[in-house]
Amino acid sequence: MAEKYIARSTAIAARMLGGEMMIMSAADSTFFTLNEVATVIWQAADGRTPLSEIVTGKVCQEFEVEPERAQCGTERFVDELSQHGILLVSDQPFDSSPSLETP
Amino acid sequence: MTLMAEMNQKALDLGVPLSVHLDLTYRCNERCVHCYLDHDDHGEMTTEEIFGVLNQLADAGVFFLSLSGGEVLLRRDFFLIVEHARKLLFNVKVKTNATMIHEKEASRLRQLGVEQIQISVYSHRAEVHDAITKLPGSLDRTLRAIRFLKSQGLKVSISNVLMTGNFADQQGVIELAKELGVAYTLDPTITPKMDGDTSILSLRIASSELKQIFRNEELVGDMAEFCAPPPPPGEDVMNGFPCSAGHTSCYISPYGDVFPCVQFPLPSGNVRRQKFLEIWRHSPQLEEVRSIRARDLTTCSTCSHVGTCTRCPGLAYMEGSMRGPSTADCEKSFQRTGILSANMLRKARAGSAGPLIQIQGPANPMPIPAALQEANPLSA
Repeated sequence: MAEKYIARSTAIAARMLGGEMMIMSAADSTFFTLNEVATVIWQAADGRTPLSEIVTGKVCQEFEVEPERAQCGTERFVDELSQHGILLVSDQPFDSSPSLETP
Repeated sequence: MTLMAEMNQKALDLGVPLSVHLDLTYRCNERCVHCYLDHDDHGEMTTEEIFGVLNQLADAGVFFLSLSGGEVLLRRDFFLIVEHARKLLFNVKVKTNATMIHEKEASRLRQLGVEQIQISVYSHRAEVHDAITKLPGSLDRTLRAIRFLKSQGLKVSISNVLMTGNFADQQGVIELAKELGVAYTLDPTITPKMDGDTSILSLRIASSELKQIFRNEELVGDMAEFCAPPPPPGEDVMNGFPCSAGHTSCYISPYGDVFPCVQFPLPSGNVRRQKFLEIWRHSPQLEEVRSIRARDLTTCSTCSHVGTCTRCPGLAYMEGSMRGPSTADCEKSFQRTGILSANMLRKARAGSAGPLIQIQGPANPMPIPAALQEANPLSA
């Protein structure tokens, strides 16, 4: 299976609240909360770390989940968030989103 | 319970300030007749100071950030501040009169991922709007800006403060909002000036006009439900908090002063002298605000409206006691349901109120529709 790279969109608002990550899409105001596992994946989504490495290095290690189950759950999570533009996905390492710097 | 309500409850339980209203300046290019602010600059926070405050707010867990004024675009560093706020991943709402927004500014706001722009519009007629803002041409400039912002795909909301001078144009503004494809919120609240001057309260609309608003189904939804008498309050109501001020939200002035709410001028600390979290957690003033439950309210705790009233503790504070009634909200409850508040009955007994009129009907609690209240995502 081809490797995937994921990055957090900058077109969102996000904040941790009591161990859960709150995320709101600026595009459509959809509001999400991520549980502890999803939050770890979200925080590791830097556009440079392969998804498989996030699964083995973060999800499996920190939550003692079987690799196959972790991979499957992570893929579903990535698909769902990418549909809302909250996570960006590529088959190559990439920078997350356009810079917010003043042009 | 919605997901947002769940997170609000969680923030309340954890003592997290989920929402902050930060005024960047009190300076303004308009001179609205009902404005409660003094428009001089008494030493606004610098760009670096504001960056520092934003960093502290992010660390404290603040998610919703309203940037307001005065007119925010009078600050030359406005976009640097928004940029910094967005890098910290706040959900940013900007309140503005929009007269200084052109294509370039609209595009930048879109690029920065600002959630919503709330714009004050007082009438669909320039002669009425401009007479309120005292800035000739202001309605034209504001409407042009709304079109720029809409063309960028930004969410825009028209905020229509109702007063004696523009009450007749309320429907015109609703139609204008529809034509522009933007949301509409109505606010019949005029507050005293920050220095305590109450002269502008004479601009408040008449009781009969308030009643008219509450009978407009386009604004309130199901009128019978909205205007129904309040149900008897249960234990949960009596043990509840009056509003989110000081509990999950607060206000910071351009000078760094912290208050429970923009409408609650109880000085609670200053971020130039103290860390924000130190103020939030340990300010005696905020602790006092947090200690108040509905059962502790003088007069209001015995009022049949206690569970459904929009009672503003800030307005009550300005009337003399944060535990006391807010007469403007007593009037709203009365005009909505036809049932006098305990405060009105008390005044009547003292011989200072009008005739007692009571309407009986089926009990049915009804929240205040979004169109009739300040858009606060934390409202219960």
